[in-house]
Order: sequence, then structure tokens, then C-alpha cells
Amino acid sequence: MGGLEHLLAALSPLNLLLALAGVAAGTVIGALPGLTATMAVAVLVPFTFSMDPAAALIALGAIYTGAIYGGAYAAILLNTPGTPSAIATTFDGYPMARAGRGDLALTLACLASVAGGLVGAGFLLLLAPPMATVALKFGPVEYFWLAVFGLTLIASLGEGSTVKGLIGGCLGLLLAMVGVAEVGGDIRYVGDFKSLLGGIDIVSALIGLYCVPVLIELVATPARHLESVSRVAGFQLREAGALIARAKLNLARSSVIGTVVGILPGAGGSIASLVAYSEAKRASARRANFGKGEPEGIVATESANNATVGGGFIPTLVLGIPGTPPDAIILGALLVQGIRTGPTLFTDQAPIVYTFVWGLILATLLMLPVGLLIGRFAFRSILAIPKAVLVPSVALLTVLGSFAVHNNPHEVQQMVVLGVAAWVLGRMGFSASPIVLGLILGAIAERGFVQGQLIGGARGSVWAEFFGRPISLGIIAFILLGLLWPWWMARRARRRSGAAGPAEVGRG
Amino acid sequence: MTRSYRLTLATATAAAALAAGAALAAGYPEKTVNYIIPFGPGGESDISARLQEPVFKRLTGQTVAIQYKPGAGGAASWAQLNGMAADGYTVMGTNLPHIVLQPLQKDVGYQTDDITTVYWFHFTPDALIVTADSPYKTLKDFVDAAKKAPGSITLSGSGTNSANHLAQQQFDKMAGIKTTYVPFGGTGPSNTALLGKQVSGSWGYTTVQMQLGAQVRCLAVAMAQRHPKLPDCPTFQEQGFELVGGAYRGVAVPKSTPADVQAKLADILARINADPEFIRKMEDGGFAMLDVGPDKMAGFMAEVKARYGALAREMGIVKK
Repeated sequence: MGGLEHLLAALSPLNLLLALAGVAAGTVIGALPGLTATMAVAVLVPFTFSMDPAAALIALGAIYTGAIYGGAYAAILLNTPGTPSAIATTFDGYPMARAGRGDLALTLACLASVAGGLVGAGFLLLLAPPMATVALKFGPVEYFWLAVFGLTLIASLGEGSTVKGLIGGCLGLLLAMVGVAEVGGDIRYVGDFKSLLGGIDIVSALIGLYCVPVLIELVATPARHLESVSRVAGFQLREAGALIARAKLNLARSSVIGTVVGILPGAGGSIASLVAYSEAKRASARRANFGKGEPEGIVATESANNATVGGGFIPTLVLGIPGTPPDAIILGALLVQGIRTGPTLFTDQAPIVYTFVWGLILATLLMLPVGLLIGRFAFRSILAIPKAVLVPSVALLTVLGSFAVHNNPHEVQQMVVLGVAAWVLGRMGFSASPIVLGLILGAIAERGFVQGQLIGGARGSVWAEFFGRPISLGIIAFILLGLLWPWWMARRARRRSGAAGPAEVGRG
Repeated sequence: MTRSYRLTLATATAAAALAAGAALAAGYPEKTVNYIIPFGPGGESDISARLQEPVFKRLTGQTVAIQYKPGAGGAASWAQLNGMAADGYTVMGTNLPHIVLQPLQKDVGYQTDDITTVYWFHFTPDALIVTADSPYKTLKDFVDAAKKAPGSITLSGSGTNSANHLAQQQFDKMAGIKTTYVPFGGTGPSNTALLGKQVSGSWGYTTVQMQLGAQVRCLAVAMAQRHPKLPDCPTFQEQGFELVGGAYRGVAVPKSTPADVQAKLADILARINADPEFIRKMEDGGFAMLDVGPDKMAGFMAEVKARYGALAREMGIVKK
């Protein structure tokens, strides 16, 4: 399977060109706040109709993986995740940039993304049909518990006070309720604003909550945006390589987490990178440094979110079920091309599938030079551009990005309102991440809960539905571990040293 | 399409345009037509628009620019339709039962009659689908099982008060059974639940059956005749249930678009619908062709409004 002839087919000049152009375009689109991977793929789709199916898939896969990686730039340099997948990259990426190590953070993100992307694509190449069954094992109840698990991670994110983090999470949950309920069709918290019927859009919330406070701060303070320790920003490849080598276990674990979460339809890169981050933190000896500019944090999130690309293609191609939102668009493009996805695709259409997978692997490898070059350019630009140019440019992007979500001015209004609110909340010590996570996970949790209740009721027992399924019990065990671990660690530390350090208390 | 056929068509349209004596419509379309899809990319509305696009270009020489304006299940776009440029260069995808049910349920900023649909060009017939290894081999097995244990059969579908939900409600009534409908956030998640056996079956469309292939079995489709690409799937009518319907898709224009331009657009859409290559691609995807043009529009809309309205009242989803 995945024989050499398909690798050679993928190596045709046209396919290589498409992979290169796709990765470069994707990286730039992903780097711009508000332009997401889903959008990048949607824009490209019409151009692929005239291509042959394998070439079309390579172009789409390349722009997709590039955009997921590109999201790290804005996360590191502007504290604004370029795509939802990069939320967790802000935790350590921005502190590193603030400390003058933005160049190192970008190179780390590039190396981790390539590694994660290769692991995800490797699973797609070798194990796609058996792995696809994972997607089917997850029912509504499992998604409910997975979302609850994600919510408990808010407590251990490591930025600021735990109580304020939890309050922020609840705020996000409330925001998730706005609009027409997906299950049941009830209208909630809309008031007289018809524009709220569609709910709060995650991308416009993301732009508002992260980007607007940064812009206001930039204007309000006289200091330069970022300082570099070394005036000549280099690749820092040697140092980054050494850090990656040290974190190879973290890299492998995060990539596998990313692949598996990518396979789950309805989870996606934001959850993958969050889970990988939290597991990396739990396992790391440098736990206390997470959230303050720890390179291992970036390694975890960036390898995990790029691994979701290959993972997400597994159910898309094997079952005809999109693993991630961009996969849904790619699936539609395949239908227009006249390709039927399904279990027989890997045998009937082996040349197309394997040429594509090799193409995806090549595109991921091309991300290394492309990403390093664009990264250096982005870093130098952010350092060199005077604030008077930087702020209006980014402000324009926030408006364009939030408008582009649905081509609708309502999303721009939401973005501005949430942004100003986030700035006020930020002054009071609430950070954006718990709110955004509450917004993303709240919708998943509610959906799973109501569906689980309906199915459980029909089967005779709601309790058995929620607490009687093996995967659910496994996730519940992780939730308990996540809740009790910090407490247990703090207790052990107290026993050992006699008194808890101030940093330990804050971490909760 | 042969050259002579194309010539005939061109002559025919030229004659039709002359007969109409229209100044504005004569050259329509003279530039790119913006085709707004009120949903995100990748769905059935998008796919069918993408299939129309090349035929439109071949027939008229002009291109179609497909744009997405999703929000509130399409309502965000439909509420804005009549405020858009009414020159025939802005057209919008329109869907049933959405545009009938949404205004009945709540104030969504438009009424059903505000949407000027010029042509309904296809529908995705409702289909009752189970996994390939399901104990329900036939519709009769399914109905018998549902009668034995009312409410215990769970059926996934896309959305609340959607076409799938209506189909479930209608069929339960016809068969005198009670099943539990579990709404999901789209056809994709609904299919996942079906394949993962989280539910006993699924109310989907013929398109779902085409997409999932041998993994699933179609117990019945809501069509008058069997779908040409699904000859093994019987209709509900064959088995004694008068269920025909599904999700319909058409093209609408802003209300004040000149009548001759509307007629010209309807004519172009009718010719796209007659294109053999287009028909083949649509049917391969599981779509069913439909031709409701201006002459049949009033009667068709009155019929669907009465039918969906009655159902909505029974389901108790009509706003007070």
C-alpha cells in the first residue's frame, strides 16, 4: 500500500508546484488574524474543479496544512490566534515574543508543525481504514464528556487566577447559548437583535477577544511592540533543534493526540492543541514555566494542530464524514469532481488517494523552508514596522477578517463589542482564552448532552447512557485526573518543602 | 451538445426575447451574475450551484460568481434579499421547507411571500436509512419494531424543524408509530451517528445514500418513482405510504427585479436543467430533478405552504 509509483506521481512538477504554492498561500492566509483555514480552503475550491482529482486534493491539502501552521505567527507575534487551532499557542508563544525570543518561537512552531503534520499524514498513509473506526466509537455522550474535559483544562491553563479563569469560562458558556439552539430550536438571549439569531461566531469572537485588547494596549503605551534580544533576527535553528530533540516524547505524544482528535468529527484543532498542551504540562518537569514562555508548550500545540490535518482526512476519505470543518468543504469539492468517498476509495481509487497522501507529505516537508522564510520575514516586519502603521493595518485586518466570516457586517459589530469588553475584562484580570474555550466547548457540550439525553431516554436509561459506556468512563477518568492532579501536586510540593511557593498557589 | 442544437436554442431565446420586447432583458446576462448561497460551502446548495455554474457559462457566455452568506439557517440572507440590487445580476439560492417554516416559527425578518423564487430546479428526496447490518431489512420490519416498542427507535437527522424532522413527523403519523428524533448539526454529524450506531437509523436524503454507499441500506425514498441511481431502494408509495418530498432548492431574485429579466433567468435555469451532462452529474450525486418554473410557481407555492403550514401547526412549532 502507498507504493512508490504513487510517490513518483506526487512528485510531478505540477503537483510539486501546487504543494509549494498551496503551503505558501495557506501560511500567509493563516497568519492574518481572522482568515482561517476553512476560509483558505473555501476560496481555493473553485479553482480546483478544472484540475485532476489528485492534484486538486494536493492543492487543497497544502493550503489547509499551511493555514493551520500560519495561525501560529499571529499567535506568537500579536497574541492573536490566526486560526482557532492556534489558541493554545498564544499561552507560551506571546510570552516568548515579549521576552525577545519571537524568532526562536517561530522556528520552534515551524519544526513542530512539520513533525506533527508528518505524523498525521503518516497515519493517513498507513492506518487510515482501521483508524477511521475511532470516529464511529464517539457518540453524543463522548463528545459531551470530551467538552467537559476541555472545560476542566481552563483551571490548569496557567495564566492568571483560577477563579477568574472559571468565571471567564462561564461567560464563554453563556455566549455559546446565544441564538437559535441547534438542538430544539429555542431562541435564547437574542432580545430584539435579529442579527444574534445566528449566535456568536467563533472566528469573530476570536478576533475581538484577542486582537482588539492588543491593539488598544499598543496605542495606550509608548513602548515598542516587541523587542528582540539579538537585533539581527536569525532562524535560531540550532537552539530550536536542540529544544525539539529534548522534547521528542512531548512531540510524539502531542502528534498522536492531534491525529486522534482530528479523526473525531466535531472536535478539531483547537481541542487537539489544548489537550496536547495540558498533557505536555502535566508530564513536564518544567511545569511551573508553562504559560510564561515555555518552548515545550509551543512544541505541543503546534505539533498537535498540524497532526489534525492528516487525522481529519481519515474519516473524510474512508467514511465520507468530514473530520474537521475544512474537510467538509474538501468533501464537497470531491463530490463535484465525481469522486465517491467511502471504504472502497482506498482500493478502487488507490492512485488518487495515495498520490494525494504523498502530496500532503511533500507539502508538509515544503512547509519547513517556506515557513522559516516567511517566519523570518514576518518577525522582522513586526519588529521594523512603526506602531503608527502596525496598528491601523492590524485593525483593518480584524474588520476584514470578521466580515469575511459570513460576508456580513453583523460579525464585525460582534467583534468590536466583544473586543472592547475583553479589554475592560483584561484590565480586571480576566484573560480571553477561558472565554473563547467556553464558547467553543459550550456548544459541543450542550449538543452532546441533549442528544445523549434523547438517545438515553429512548433506550431506557439516561444514567446508563452517560456513565455506562467504556470510552465515556475513560474520559471521565481523565477529567478526574485533570481536576485532582494539580491539587495533589501542590500537596506533595507543600509536604516536601514545608510551604507552597506563590507561583504554585496561582496555578491552582 | 451539438452545434446545431445550440444554434437553435440561441435562435429560440433571441426570438423569445424579441417577443417580450424587453429592453433590459434582451441582452441579459451581459455580465457576471452573483449567485448568493445562504449556507456555507460544501453543502447540497453549494454542490448543485457548482454543477450549474459551467452549464450557465456555456449557455450564456457569462460567468456566475458563487458567494456564501450563511447565518441563522439561511434566514440571515433571505431577510436581506429584497434590499439587494434588483437587476437580475444578484440571485440567491432558496430552500424549502426553510422559507415556509422559518417565518412561521419566529420573526426572522422576512415572510415566505417576500421571497420571489423564479425556479425550483431539484430536490433531495427524504430517505429512511439504516446501517447495512441493521435488523430492519425492510420498511415493514422497521414499522413492526416501532409498533412493538413505541419511542425506543432513535433516528438521527439534520437540525430541528428541518426537512428531516418534518419527514419523521409525517411518517410517524402515517404509519401510526412513535420514534425518537435526535437532531444533529448537519448531515455530516447525523451520518456519523448513523454509521457509529449511536442511533437505530436516520432520516436523510437520497444524497446521503449515494455518499455512504454500501455501508448503509435505504429502506424507502419519498419519491413518486424510484431514483434512477438507486434502483434497489423502494418508494414509500410502493409500500402504501403517501410520502413524497424532501428539501427543495431553487433560485430567487429581489422582489422588484423586472418581470422580463425574471422570465429570462427562469428560461436559462430551465435550459440548464435540460442539459444531459448536468442531469447525469446531479443524479450521480443522488439529487432528483425538478422543474417548477414561473407558470407553475403560484400553484406549487400555495400547495407547499398549505402542507408545511398544517404540519407545523400539528408539531406545535408555529409562533403564537
